[in-house]
Amino acid sequence: MSKGVLVDITRCVGCGSCEVACKMWNNLQYKQSVQDQGSGLDAENWTVVNRVETEKDNEPVWRFVKYQCLHCEEPACVSACFSKAIRKTKDGPVVYDVNLCVGCRYCMLVCPFNVPKYEWDKTFPQVRKCQMCADRVHAGESPACVGVCPAGALTYGERNNLLAMAKEKINGDSRYIKHVYGEKEAGGTSWLYISDIPFETLGFRTNITTTPLPHYTESILGLTPAVGLGWGALLTGMYVYNRRRNEINREEKKPGKK
Amino acid sequence: MAVSNRWRFTMTPTRYVLMVLGLVGVLLMVYRLVFGLGSSTNLNDEWPWGLWIGFDVLTGVALAGGGYSTALLVHIMGIKKFSPIARSAMLTSLIGYLLVMAGLFMDIGRWFNFWRPFVSWGYHSVLFEVFWCVSLYTMIQLLEFGEVATEKVQKRWHGFFKKIMPVLLIIGVLLPTLHQSSLGSLYVMEVGKLYPLWWSMLLPIFFLMSSFFVGPAMVTVETMLGARAHGHRPDLGVLQSLIKVSGYMMLVYLALKVGDLVYRGATGLVFTGNMEGNMFLLEMLIGVIIPIIICFTPKLRNSVGGLVTFGVLVVAGVIINRMNVVFTGMADFMGGAYFPSVIEWLVSIGLLAIGVLGYLFIVENFNVLPKHKHEHSHAPTPNVVVKGKKAVKYSA
Repeated sequence: MSKGVLVDITRCVGCGSCEVACKMWNNLQYKQSVQDQGSGLDAENWTVVNRVETEKDNEPVWRFVKYQCLHCEEPACVSACFSKAIRKTKDGPVVYDVNLCVGCRYCMLVCPFNVPKYEWDKTFPQVRKCQMCADRVHAGESPACVGVCPAGALTYGERNNLLAMAKEKINGDSRYIKHVYGEKEAGGTSWLYISDIPFETLGFRTNITTTPLPHYTESILGLTPAVGLGWGALLTGMYVYNRRRNEINREEKKPGKK
Repeated sequence: MAVSNRWRFTMTPTRYVLMVLGLVGVLLMVYRLVFGLGSSTNLNDEWPWGLWIGFDVLTGVALAGGGYSTALLVHIMGIKKFSPIARSAMLTSLIGYLLVMAGLFMDIGRWFNFWRPFVSWGYHSVLFEVFWCVSLYTMIQLLEFGEVATEKVQKRWHGFFKKIMPVLLIIGVLLPTLHQSSLGSLYVMEVGKLYPLWWSMLLPIFFLMSSFFVGPAMVTVETMLGARAHGHRPDLGVLQSLIKVSGYMMLVYLALKVGDLVYRGATGLVFTGNMEGNMFLLEMLIGVIIPIIICFTPKLRNSVGGLVTFGVLVVAGVIINRMNVVFTGMADFMGGAYFPSVIEWLVSIGLLAIGVLGYLFIVENFNVLPKHKHEHSHAPTPNVVVKGKKAVKYSA
């Protein structure tokens, strides 16, 4: 069954351990400027913790939002990749194989969460994003970030169980927003979020379609063979008909011409 | 129709300029391939697709649509009166596609891997269909040009090329129909990201239709330019009938566009006065509504000025449309900023210059344009006596 992670935003203290663990496990460069601000994902930052200053019950509050690839159940990037460089493993992680990548960057364009980033400073750049520590997950361990979280904000497990746990939590505690982010967004994601502050305030994209994105293009691509064959047959028919008609015309004209 | 065996390419000041531009373009392309996208373009994580995809590829493929629409009208539907423009339209299309391939090659980050999709089939991707169709269609067009080329070089192959033309022509209309629409399908995945004035499940149909009706417009512009350059009078009658094909298609396009906006409840967005709304209005007014008026007002359609205006407006309209889909419509969601770098501009301009030079060279050395009374005086082989407008006989 597919694994996932449940993020409880109310418990995150913004320590950044997960960022450090991610960098250590994946050998990512450490850049001081970005690290301080938590200002967004890039080729060397596969996960960031963003600080959001907002209000709750007319009191100013801070919330810390860990962000990374959400590992969609039916990922747009996988469906968009024309050389199969991105695929979803059966454990859940959406992983990237540089050997197959052409570098078209269509995955970056279609991701509803704006996750994949690029090594713009390299001659032969790679697409970079959280791989959900696929090798660890495959070996039955949790992703590196989950393992180090000291605040209990991250829970790793079967996605189904996590979803049930999330629902139990938000329904049993009046502080929570009654919405599990990632349950239905873009058709569902392996990473799930619960929060006491509305998700749009925290910088989440909330108007995402609940239809899995690949379904949009599959419905069109599915028509291709039929359209191709039908149109091909029609073209051939027209061609043959018109050639025959022209031949007849020529035959009829012949006597007068000579 | 025999063709002179000598090769010629007269250099004019314009051509020197084009050559310099082309050379600069080539040098910068080498620079880009060696030093990477980041150091030669202004692309970034917010704007992974820029000028090269938006203009060189998406717009280029549409503008090169003149080839398949003409092939359909002349060779498949057998409308003989359009045949004088067939070869030139198909040549422009071939050159257009070669430029698109070059632009695409510039834009892919790991270019040594360009062949991957031929063996690693990501068939659920729209881009897969685009990639296969565009590469195959370019091949087909090269073969189609074989028929023209073998009139001059490798003449013993001519019979062979004539024989396979029917198959090539049919595939050569089929493939573009599929990938012109797929280019639109690329943006169907941008649901919720692309501004609702442009995002629609009908995107593939819109892209297909506009690539078809821009064909005659391109042919018109090109014929007029060619006529001026070579000092002969263009056959206005052919162009007038040709743009009517566009006109009817544009009426359907306009109706579909409006219907689609009403159906999706997006009509209100047209007149909000924001950037997106205004650009949409501009695109529809310049590229569709005014041309339709010109097309269906006989006085305008029958004048040279009217024809040129029609051609230029429709081409501009399609360019604006593709730019709107790639940039204007995505800007709100993407955030960040992108404006093409000097290198991006110069590479695009350089490619265009090379295309124009290539077209001129082929037109001067092969039998592409219909021969007119004001034919150049350089002596053709004696057995050719051509007078009158139906001089050139087209095969297939």
